[in-house]
Amino acid sequence: MDITFLLQLVINGLVVGSIYALVATGFVIIYKASSALNLAQGEFLMVGAYICLNLLSKYNLPFWQAILITFVFSAILGMLIERLILRPLIGSHLISVIMVTLGLSSILKALIQLAYGTDTIPFPEVFPSAPVQIGPIPVSQGYLYAIGCVTILVTLLTMFFKYSKTGVAMRATASSQQVALTMGISVKKMFAISWAISAMVSAVGGVLLGTIRGGIDMSLSFMGLKVLPVVILGGLDSILGAIVGGVIIGILENLSGGYVDPLVGGGAKEVAPYIALILILMLKPYGLFGKKKIERV
Amino acid sequence: MRCGDFKTSYSADMTIFESNSARVILGIFLCLLFSLPLYTPGYLLDVLNRIGIAVIGAVGLNILTGFTGQISLGNAAFMAIGAFSCGYLGTRFGLPFYICIPLAGLMTAFFGMFVGIPSLRIKGLYLAMATLAAHFIVEFLIVKWESVTGGVAGLSIPAPKLGSFAFDTDIRLFFLIFVITVLAVLFAKNLFRTKVGKAFVAIRDQAISAEVMGVNILKYKLLSFGISSFYVGVAGALVAYQAKIISPETFPVTVAIDYLGMIIIGGLGSILGSIYGAIFITLLPELLRLSTSALAGSFPLLVAKLAAMKELVFGLFIVIFILFEPAGMAARWHSIKNYWKLYPFSH
Repeated sequence: MDITFLLQLVINGLVVGSIYALVATGFVIIYKASSALNLAQGEFLMVGAYICLNLLSKYNLPFWQAILITFVFSAILGMLIERLILRPLIGSHLISVIMVTLGLSSILKALIQLAYGTDTIPFPEVFPSAPVQIGPIPVSQGYLYAIGCVTILVTLLTMFFKYSKTGVAMRATASSQQVALTMGISVKKMFAISWAISAMVSAVGGVLLGTIRGGIDMSLSFMGLKVLPVVILGGLDSILGAIVGGVIIGILENLSGGYVDPLVGGGAKEVAPYIALILILMLKPYGLFGKKKIERV
Repeated sequence: MRCGDFKTSYSADMTIFESNSARVILGIFLCLLFSLPLYTPGYLLDVLNRIGIAVIGAVGLNILTGFTGQISLGNAAFMAIGAFSCGYLGTRFGLPFYICIPLAGLMTAFFGMFVGIPSLRIKGLYLAMATLAAHFIVEFLIVKWESVTGGVAGLSIPAPKLGSFAFDTDIRLFFLIFVITVLAVLFAKNLFRTKVGKAFVAIRDQAISAEVMGVNILKYKLLSFGISSFYVGVAGALVAYQAKIISPETFPVTVAIDYLGMIIIGGLGSILGSIYGAIFITLLPELLRLSTSALAGSFPLLVAKLAAMKELVFGLFIVIFILFEPAGMAARWHSIKNYWKLYPFSH
């Protein structure tokens, strides 16, 4: 076996996986806080990427300003969606929540398509692209920056949940809404914050993907579906699980792309995460780190 | 004069037609329906045919999702299985359509039951994800299994034939499709007056109580998957006959979302609702197309944006219905009807 090829695949998987991890973290934050399954996560990512692109190429802002404005925009978008669409549905049937996020994803996708069309738009180069030699393998610098960004962001999030007052309040809400209410925590506010954080985190994922791929188009929204195997593997309510699951699924995807695709003539890369999803559901339905909630009927 | 809904016997509560006039109205409606081809222009007939197919599929999905409470995002894959097995049986073995369609339904039913097996262990959103994953896996298999499905190029389906009579025009297909549609709706309507249908509803409302009452959960969940997939498979087979050429791209995941949209907008757990929803969602792009082509003179950009507009309006309708009328058009219609039926003495 060609070890360089394998390493190359693993590194690619690591990069893509770290972005999956980011988006999955956003997904898990919402699920933990409000038990809502957000199938519009991929659209958050796409909207963030397009907003950032617009700021960078149209208004020629420096990258850090563009990303800050993207952050603010995504936070407002997330809060608005929570306030207008998800909050009236608190306590309603699961299928309503699933369908409303599917409807939302249609709306966001359509709005982006109306504004930017369906063609791939080149993304300005944010990170230097000259490859760096790590051992025998050349690695694009963009990849390293992406992994770095994800690591920093995840560390920040962990600190936020561990040390900040809001973060602790959010964890309290996740573990028991009633107790949180008696402690004077506004559960509604926590829901809104979780949507805002989730949208922001996903937007970073979108921007990173844009820089790595060099262009963005509507296919970014598929990331929202790609994230489902990740959260199932990691456990729906575990942020650590989302990160580990993201990396594993990313690597799995690239390995099957490298080794299985030549055998079957393409397509295995896309379908491998879903086969993994089914297997995990059969063997370990609550994932690697998920909370077990056993109900036998 | 009536002032309320007073039923004194179980059979009165279970009856499909509340009065003889309801029977007459339905009879007139059916006569009108089957005379539609006489005065409908060609293109509208194609739309009508698609509505008929959508009704079958939506009723099928509603049996599973609306009545049994099992969320399925794999509807498009089930449809694809129905379409491809119908196409394969028809082209490879030259079987006539009246064998192909039921066989396609049965194939899909078996596959649906297979997908349904994990539903005993996993439920709710886990089931939604599993069925979504099943969709992508089926899509992959259809692309790869070229000897049966024709791969990316797809299959070309000959027109269904009864003796020397070929259902090769929209008018002829109309009768084929709508006879099946009427039978399918009738069967579903009656299904929920039987023990099986009641068991489905019991599982949806409270699975634990249902089991305590003696409902065999596994059996009835699988049965629900089977019946629902049979419907969807038949709809898929009809899509194959109508489209004449089917490929993996005929059944993208958005088809599954469209069908879920139909039963949400029409009304979960309502046969009539599935019909309203199917009509609404099928007509939506057509109405948009009409209105944009009418406005094309003043806003030429609109035409190019039609696909995005369709998606936007679809999403908006779903969100609006879930927020403001979660029980769907069927419930709204029911309350309007009841208001006038008891007017002015409702209490």
